[in-house]
Amino acid sequence: LITVKHKSPLYFKINSELFTLTYGALVTQLCKDYENDEEVNKQLDKMGYNIGVRLIEDFLARSSVGRCQDFRETADVIAKVAFKTYLGVTPSVTNWSPAGDEFSLILESNPLVDFVELPDNHNALIYSNLLCGVLRGALEMVQMAVDVKFVQDTLRGDNVTEIRMKFIKRIEENLPAGDE
Amino acid sequence: MLASMLFAIGSQLSPEPGSSGIEMLETDVFKLHCFQTLTGIKFIVLADPRQASIDALLRKIYEIYADFALKNPFYSLEMPIRCELFDQNLKSALEIAEKAGNFGAGS
Repeated sequence: LITVKHKSPLYFKINSELFTLTYGALVTQLCKDYENDEEVNKQLDKMGYNIGVRLIEDFLARSSVGRCQDFRETADVIAKVAFKTYLGVTPSVTNWSPAGDEFSLILESNPLVDFVELPDNHNALIYSNLLCGVLRGALEMVQMAVDVKFVQDTLRGDNVTEIRMKFIKRIEENLPAGDE
Repeated sequence: MLASMLFAIGSQLSPEPGSSGIEMLETDVFKLHCFQTLTGIKFIVLADPRQASIDALLRKIYEIYADFALKNPFYSLEMPIRCELFDQNLKSALEIAEKAGNFGAGS
């Protein structure tokens, strides 16, 4: 069971199986529509992006998280607050690059992929690619351009699921007035 | 757009470096309160100068926006908000703030 906690009276419990089935229906429909794993991956990223640009406001409106001082703080907030709040899991933050601009999120479990097995004819499919789009969209709204991708996936035979996040640049346009 | 201009002018006029613009503008007739989110969205409330707890109201409006505008998939970002649920919830929040404010304005 996933419990979605909110301060407002709108909080409710959603059955995680319904969530898994809904996401699965979305992916399989995309596979039917596009008949090409690469294209499906792109669509999932795009959908994720559109979710991310909205979800960030919900996150900021409800958590008391302020502006992060550096990318390390961003990583911690993503893993310990955001993932916990929205997916009920806390990935670990590891594999920092020497420059401190790249890190990995290791997911022990992922509610999107409960019960899922990838068939042989979909070995280029990045099933949970929606998550990459969500992260990219959310961070863009707080003026960070990032590159997010899955580098390991238990669905594709790896031991763990690993998302790699790389900081590209600060987005200067539309900065809130007063920031550098 | 007017708000962005006010903001930009405010942060340039400020004698303090690193000013984040106008948070509150006070006149005899009204108080203008502005809350800016980390994403650059500005919420502005014009209120009676004696009205209390506008900060709490601004944060509540942020939540209402995050719920009834953003979670409505048919609402497009940056467009005027024409969502009934948004209007209704905004109205109740304003009514609650008004009642609370009247109790707070002691003297």
